[in-house]
Amino acid sequence: MFTTLKMLSGGIFLAIFSLAVAHQAGAQEMPDVIEIDSLSHLYEGVTFDHSMHVDLAENCSVCHHQNAGVPVQDQNCAGCHAGTTKSHIVSCGQCHPVEPFSAEYLRQKEADVKRYHRDKPGLKAAYHQNCMGCHDDMDGPTGCQDCHARTEAGDKLFHAGDFAPQPGVAQSGHH
Amino acid sequence: MKGISRRRFLAASLAGGAATTLTLSKKAFATGTFEGYPEGMGVLVDLTRCVGCRSCEAACNKEQNLPAPAVPFDDKSVFDQTGHGGQKRRPDENAYTVVNRYEPKGAGGPVYRKVQCNHCNEPACLTSCFVSAYSKTKEGAVVYNSKVCVGCRNCMIACPFQVPGYSYSSAFDPVIKKCIFCYDTRLKNGKPPACVESCPQGVMTFGHRKELIKIGHERIKARPDRYIDHVYGETEVGGTGWMYLSSVPFDQVGFDTTMGKEPIISNVKDFLGTVPMVLAIWPALFTGFHLLATGKKEHHDEDQSHAAEEEAEK
Repeated sequence: MFTTLKMLSGGIFLAIFSLAVAHQAGAQEMPDVIEIDSLSHLYEGVTFDHSMHVDLAENCSVCHHQNAGVPVQDQNCAGCHAGTTKSHIVSCGQCHPVEPFSAEYLRQKEADVKRYHRDKPGLKAAYHQNCMGCHDDMDGPTGCQDCHARTEAGDKLFHAGDFAPQPGVAQSGHH
Repeated sequence: MKGISRRRFLAASLAGGAATTLTLSKKAFATGTFEGYPEGMGVLVDLTRCVGCRSCEAACNKEQNLPAPAVPFDDKSVFDQTGHGGQKRRPDENAYTVVNRYEPKGAGGPVYRKVQCNHCNEPACLTSCFVSAYSKTKEGAVVYNSKVCVGCRNCMIACPFQVPGYSYSSAFDPVIKKCIFCYDTRLKNGKPPACVESCPQGVMTFGHRKELIKIGHERIKARPDRYIDHVYGETEVGGTGWMYLSSVPFDQVGFDTTMGKEPIISNVKDFLGTVPMVLAIWPALFTGFHLLATGKKEHHDEDQSHAAEEEAEK
């Protein structure tokens, strides 16, 4: 009977411990690879190695602000967001709008007089500002095509690749 | 009776007084007080975010149906191009916006700057145009009517930012060409211009001009180590719709910091404003003098003839 009690308590202890660990790391919820392609048109989607970045980053707040449960480090934010807990909003697109300058969004923003974040970047800008900041400091990829190759539509817009101007063709210009 | 007749005196005073009042009432608006239409939009350009990708140039080219460029838009060698006297690229008939690269000392890297029409509150181009080809829309765009433009290029001289381009390539109908804030295709319908939408780094923030000034100052306040404490275009030449934030002093990245707050029209408005008054008052004034000078002689003759008649009657 003593042995059964020991095993039972040990088992319960192990269960709680593993759940705690899992909860801490969020291992069940954290994806290894994320396809970031909701805006892809001129460029292909990005195959984002999430687990590699998890290893590189000090903590979740480096990219996810305070949404992943780690308190925010920036002094400007801590004033309001110091005691924050993990929210169900983790992906960028849940807060950063795809069209930050549409008439409707601007109207909505200005109507809400109590709103603090009037300068929130749109989704495309949020992606690039968040990623490029670190990439610049840590010698990560900084070229446009280092992270996402250009599509045919992109080549057409940039007059690049197959759509590049033919060499030797006279271009209008003065002198 | 000696001197001017009462009737003539009253007539001259009335004419002079009316002319003075009518012309003076036109001078009620002081220069440099127009802060933009209430619904006026603007763009805040944050140079600390620009990486020189030239997506904005590509987007503008497509939106405004401009001719194909000489080199692809992802070609960074254009930053080394120099024009007359070593000047960097500027907007012209084929490119309503360009991005230039600067290497200021102590900046720790290149600084990129997007150049385009600044859509001033009191545009110099508009005030210099004698055929009234330019207009400032209530959405804040400074647009022009190519059909009215006579191609005199006065606006190119007037613009303190050297923005308007000219279609030199056209032999028979050269006109001004410049950024119109995508008015026809977007701004009229409340949408942001093509360059703003294309920017991956969020360099440009579109919104009401008044709101953008606040946002600009908030950004400076939040990160005073990152920004120079000045929103370029907030007050320069009467205020511009497109404003800039920078991490290095503005004169090191191609901005003219000597322009002052008065719009360009202030240089001529006071002088030109007196012309109607002069044209109205001087004739009345000198008519008065003339009447005063000649009136005595006429009345003297009348008196003499009166006296002669009286003499004759007696």
